[in-house]
Amino acid sequence: MSTVTANVMPAKHYLNDNYGIRSWLLTKDHKRIAVLYLASITVFFFIGGIYAALIRLQLLTPQGALFQADTYNKLFTMHGVNMIFFFLVPSVPAVMGNFILPIMIGAKDLAFPKINLLSWYIYIAGACFSLAALVSGGVDTGWTFYTPLSTGFLRTPVTVLAIGVLIAGFSSIFTGLNFIVTVHRMRAPGMTWGRLPLFVWANYATSIIMILGTPVLAITLILVALERAFHIGVFDPKLGGDPVLFQHMFWFYSHPAVYIMILPGMGVISEIITCFSRKRVFGYPFIAFSSIAIAVFGFVVWAHHMFVAGISVYSALVFSLLSYAVAIPSAVKVFNWTATMYKGSISLQTPMLYALAFIGLFTIGGLTGLFLAALGLDIHIHDTYFVIAHFHYIMVGGMVTAYMGGLHFWWPKITGRMYPEGWSKLSALIVFIGFNLTFFPQFILGYLGMPRRYAAYPPEFQVLNVLSTAGASILAVGFIMPAIYFIWSLKYGEVAGNNPWQATGLEWEISSPPPTHNFHETPIVTTEPYHYGAEQEVPVVP
Amino acid sequence: MQSTVPLFPEQASTIAHHVDWLYLFLVAVTAFFSLLVAALILFFIIRYKRTPDREAEQIHGSTLLEIVWTVIPLGISMVIFVWAAVLYFHMQRPPSNAMEVYGVAKQWMWKFEYPGGQREINSLHVPIGRPVKVTLISQDVIHSFFVPAFRVKQDVLPNRYMTTWFEAKEPGTYHLFCSQYCGTKHSAMIGEVVAMKPEDFASWLTSGKAEGSLAAQGEKLFQQLGCATCHRADSGARGPNLAGLYGRPVRLTDGHVVVADDNYLRESILVPNAKVVSGFQPIMPTFQGMISEEDLIQLTDYIKHLSAPTMEGPLNNRSTPEQIRDSEVKQVQDQMKQQETAPQKTSGNNK
Repeated sequence: MSTVTANVMPAKHYLNDNYGIRSWLLTKDHKRIAVLYLASITVFFFIGGIYAALIRLQLLTPQGALFQADTYNKLFTMHGVNMIFFFLVPSVPAVMGNFILPIMIGAKDLAFPKINLLSWYIYIAGACFSLAALVSGGVDTGWTFYTPLSTGFLRTPVTVLAIGVLIAGFSSIFTGLNFIVTVHRMRAPGMTWGRLPLFVWANYATSIIMILGTPVLAITLILVALERAFHIGVFDPKLGGDPVLFQHMFWFYSHPAVYIMILPGMGVISEIITCFSRKRVFGYPFIAFSSIAIAVFGFVVWAHHMFVAGISVYSALVFSLLSYAVAIPSAVKVFNWTATMYKGSISLQTPMLYALAFIGLFTIGGLTGLFLAALGLDIHIHDTYFVIAHFHYIMVGGMVTAYMGGLHFWWPKITGRMYPEGWSKLSALIVFIGFNLTFFPQFILGYLGMPRRYAAYPPEFQVLNVLSTAGASILAVGFIMPAIYFIWSLKYGEVAGNNPWQATGLEWEISSPPPTHNFHETPIVTTEPYHYGAEQEVPVVP
Repeated sequence: MQSTVPLFPEQASTIAHHVDWLYLFLVAVTAFFSLLVAALILFFIIRYKRTPDREAEQIHGSTLLEIVWTVIPLGISMVIFVWAAVLYFHMQRPPSNAMEVYGVAKQWMWKFEYPGGQREINSLHVPIGRPVKVTLISQDVIHSFFVPAFRVKQDVLPNRYMTTWFEAKEPGTYHLFCSQYCGTKHSAMIGEVVAMKPEDFASWLTSGKAEGSLAAQGEKLFQQLGCATCHRADSGARGPNLAGLYGRPVRLTDGHVVVADDNYLRESILVPNAKVVSGFQPIMPTFQGMISEEDLIQLTDYIKHLSAPTMEGPLNNRSTPEQIRDSEVKQVQDQMKQQETAPQKTSGNNK
């Protein structure tokens, strides 16, 4: 950046305020807890990534290249459980939300700092159970734990994994609770609801889902564990239970959980698009309320996962209709982000590249959701690779891309240093190409009829599978590169200064890294968010 | 099956091209909006590239635009919703002239039985040009019956009959997949559907080594298991007479009226006390664990074929005043049709 010349690191900040392992493990500073989360979910991202790599290698040949079916079944189960419960759900909220949200609203910390630390410990406890399940042989239920397979037929340590997921759920309940109270009670003077950054709105909506949905997941998993241990007969038809009841309970959490995973990402995108277009956001109230609308509608669409599972045709009709209703707020967001760029002053730095990739991939992911909500069409594509492609466009193309964008956007704030711009742009490009090559062929495979969770497949599907595996290896490179240059930047990166992007928002008015208590004196907010305008210096990117 | 790399599945059933048109419409919608957004983004990037001599123009938003891009996607979604729902209703309702086949799924194979008693494993022979209704049940976990070339899929549940139907158009051999993850050899739970010309199918049926029709085998079981001791037509019988029962509304001791369909008959054999017919004592022993799914299908098929009413008429022995009489059946059926809000897919009313 040509305008950044004489930046120096602040003498005192949250990272050097205190040293030693105790000062980290017993910290109540939301920023340090965010860093703890960042380190732990990164570990799980790469463990989940290794599973993904092994899955793709297996599918290179029709008979299965590497593993017995049992091992393959464990791989996709552990891939799903790891990525969803130990990476995607905590990703943006627990890392960026924890770090940035209190600063964005002018608070010195979250409302309950001890509960915040506790949530990390609970997450780690859950993660330990999940790793224990892996070490003691692995679990082959699929991340969906469908009954009666999971309750009555498998001898793998299903209960251990279920307990792990159950425990991890409480960490997101605590995070959600903390965010809601913080947003209600700890906003700085002048930070009205209409002035909240959209990232805060998105995390607020996410928190509502977390505290309302996660307890149902907990109940469901407890019932699975009880059924395995004591044969209580809730889900197993041999004991008088109903296996479809499990699906209702599971998806009552797990569909809203999709929005737990994508809404915070949408919040990140709103921040990045405005900053790199130097524009007020187009249609602030519409983006803010569409987050709430998604949170609310997200709770009444769960049975669209069950159109062939034996629900009545009339309830299928209702759930299909409601699923279209939940698609509209997402469309509204995409159009508003695009319109924000209109007449902007656009520069394509790395966070912006990720944000633009998000818009494109999320649009495809969202629109392919319309296929699955269409009753007569879902019959054919349900449980095929079409579904896999669809939700990876949302989860990887959407959420992971947003997470990477956010990480590149706030990295200078978190660490005080810049990463190498050339390498990061290259990695963004590699991720985009690798992602599409991995998952686009899966749409075609799905419509051809290749079922998901197949360790072997008919030979005519091989070419598309090989393409997908080739894409996955490119994607892996794209994710390994940032891990290297981010670590490199900690020592060698250029000093960032308070506001390397010339962005608006309270987090950019304090030093990078921020001081332990964020603000030396409580800020008073007098402007709306994203007040990009003439008074600010506009850097020119060479 | 093709040896080249297919990019689009075969259209081998009468509904396949209906599903494909909806699919292609959605592909067009997706392509249009994705390209629109991508084109706008590219245009904005180039047109509004950051330069020192130009600043962003601040725009707050436009309620008109918000309405436009809410209403248009909503309108398009409603078109898709209605189109897909109409198709779905068509796919869920088997035609009344459908040929019946029974399928039992277990870890990890498919077993099929024809009313004539022919059986096969991991392979299902069907005639072209005639609707085929498959009644499915699982012996263990949830499976799913998926024939991509027919665009047909139905989860197969333990403890409950599910049905699906299709009409094959072209003779050929098509994949049958289990599409619901069912444990270790899920990906090996595959078979084939062989669609044949009607005359070929007829000769295939006769070439099979059937041990008598399903109903005949069911009758044998009916005697062996001692069902016949109680379920008789005479007035001293301790159980309801089953002749003409199938598909008929029955009043229970608690006053509810249920239709005696496949699922009702199955439940009444396995859990006899769950739905006791009005006027009878809950004295029937359970047959849970003593009788296989195949036997249950045979018994049910036998009971279905007991359609000729006896002199007394069905259920009339020991009948209570509340029991539905022959003359009232039509009226009760009409009432149920009006009241039904969530019909079972496996209702046997199409007989």
